[in-house]
Amino acid sequence: MAEVVLENVSKVYNGKNTIIPNINLRLPANQLTVFVGPSGCGKSTLLKLIAGLEEVSGGTIKIKGKDVTHSAPSRRGIAMVFQSYALYPHMTVYENMEFALKIAGSSKERIKTRVSEVAQILQLTPLLDRKPRQLSGGQRQRVAIGRALVREPDVFLLDEPLSNLDAALRVEMRIEIAKIRLHLNATMVYVTHDQVEAMTLADNIVVLRGGVIEQMGPPLDIYHKPANRFVAGFLGSPSMNFIEAQVAQINGSRASFKGEGFIRDYSATVRPDSLKNNENTYIGIRPEHLDVVDSAQAADFTFTALVQEHLGDHGLIYGLIGNSKCVLKVKPMFRVKTADQIFVKIDIQHYHVFDSKEQSVVDYTTRNVSSAKSEEPCQKHTNNPNS
Amino acid sequence: MKRSLIESSFLWICVLLVSAFSLFPFYWAVVSSLKDPSKMFEVEYWPTSFEWTNYTAIFQEQPFGTNILNSLLVASSTVILCLFVAVLAAYSLARVEFKGRGLLLMVILAVSMFPQVAVLSGMFELIRAFGLYNHWGGLTLSYMIFTLPFTIWLLTTFMRQLPRELEQAAIVDGATPWIILTKVFLPLMGPSLATTGLLAFIAAWNEFLFALTFTLSQEARTVPVAIGLISGASSFESPWGRIMAASVIVTVPLVVLVLIFQKSIVSGLTAGAIKE
Repeated sequence: MAEVVLENVSKVYNGKNTIIPNINLRLPANQLTVFVGPSGCGKSTLLKLIAGLEEVSGGTIKIKGKDVTHSAPSRRGIAMVFQSYALYPHMTVYENMEFALKIAGSSKERIKTRVSEVAQILQLTPLLDRKPRQLSGGQRQRVAIGRALVREPDVFLLDEPLSNLDAALRVEMRIEIAKIRLHLNATMVYVTHDQVEAMTLADNIVVLRGGVIEQMGPPLDIYHKPANRFVAGFLGSPSMNFIEAQVAQINGSRASFKGEGFIRDYSATVRPDSLKNNENTYIGIRPEHLDVVDSAQAADFTFTALVQEHLGDHGLIYGLIGNSKCVLKVKPMFRVKTADQIFVKIDIQHYHVFDSKEQSVVDYTTRNVSSAKSEEPCQKHTNNPNS
Repeated sequence: MKRSLIESSFLWICVLLVSAFSLFPFYWAVVSSLKDPSKMFEVEYWPTSFEWTNYTAIFQEQPFGTNILNSLLVASSTVILCLFVAVLAAYSLARVEFKGRGLLLMVILAVSMFPQVAVLSGMFELIRAFGLYNHWGGLTLSYMIFTLPFTIWLLTTFMRQLPRELEQAAIVDGATPWIILTKVFLPLMGPSLATTGLLAFIAAWNEFLFALTFTLSQEARTVPVAIGLISGASSFESPWGRIMAASVIVTVPLVVLVLIFQKSIVSGLTAGAIKE
């Protein structure tokens, strides 16, 4: 069981550029964990630290219970797929795949069986004699994955493997990777900035910003129970709407909010005493959870339409509630004109409230919205497992 | 885009002018070398006679064949030694992070700053100390002084353009720096090796001052010195025909080499100019 554990890991470049201040993380064995975040959030650096391509500035890394903090990459039981594939251009597909085994000194027969096994899985058998430049993008990607698989790694690291492919191929390869997982008895760590890849592939998602873990857990948990405004806005497409609001009144767990575009004060349940009167907050609501209603009577907000997009199976309307930019997801037949005022209502099960520090103040334990995909969520690592 | 007649004829006139400017001296040498010595100073633009006496004479009057062999030996050994050292240096300068890397690169460049005359006497002592005076080894050693700086610089630049992820992939695969260099990088550097190697070869082939200073006997001389020291019957006569014939002969190997490596040179000189 190849569990990956990071303890107090930090990375500082040139003694002043802090990429990762301090991370504690336990990635459960045989699960696919996705590091996701905007560019520059440290997700690739974190992956390279696990791979051993970058040296940690502090802390320890354990793979399979063994301290590998100062081991060479090839001795960590890892394999890696790179963003640019990084295939050896002058070698054939076969030579690319056997390279690691050859260096490790495996026997000829063993190399041959291993490469043909993997080629079989990835449907590369007819391509084994080709050079990388004779392959399409998707095929190159499969060779890169194959080269990693041949080594039978305990931990399989993928650094934005799909970002160089066009949209259609990306979907195809995403499914391919999901299929490969079934053949593979390995812990996988996957870095991406694409939240769709994160949502669809992950057992666990780790959302990073500025080298700090913002939230981690199974995809649907994070989607439905975001810890803060950043996470809420990062996952989901189109992303969540944030409507500016002030606390009108707070009484235990009952709070009411006022703001521009509000038809009347909006009342919601929050964690007891988590807000103060007049505190600036955001009501967060996903586009699919804002419903268009006929009368002001039944509505929560007035929405001013600006642009409408027709996407076939649904439509999107971009506009404003008060001063806050908002998107509505509507039925395909629904039509508005620019500057039309329409009434919208929040789906009571799905609102979020973020306080002035952008932290969520909704008590999600009372909500029954998601079923966790993962049985063993990854967690902030603590030295004492009983704590 | 289709060019008009005026535009294309202007273009071709320019091409002709440039070609004439660069090729005429060589053409003149060929024509002169084929002339009878008595007609040397008559201006003729087309070869009228084909006299091969100049060509046969230079091999009879002096050990010109040995000189050519010397030149080949010196230039080839310079290229081989130079590329070997430069590839190793370039790998560390391009790929290994260490303190003072930029400074070291600057120092290497600074070596080529000094004119040859400035280092001549010091070099002479060095070569005497090594016992390489009047020996082709002395020339190979001294030619390093001007071939190494630019080969190291060029190869460092080429090596820097190789994708970092390629090296990282090899590291993950368990490759040592030596394997990375020989099995991953070198096969990709063919064009750049051809370009730098050829430049070094030309530089070594043409070198005069060191070759003049560090050799004594006719048998040890390289071609440029041998040509420079071709003398006529009296000190008032320069045997132009023979000099021209010798020049034509020593130009041929260079032309052949350039033609052979032409493709790689072009791709080598432009490699990395644009993002692929």
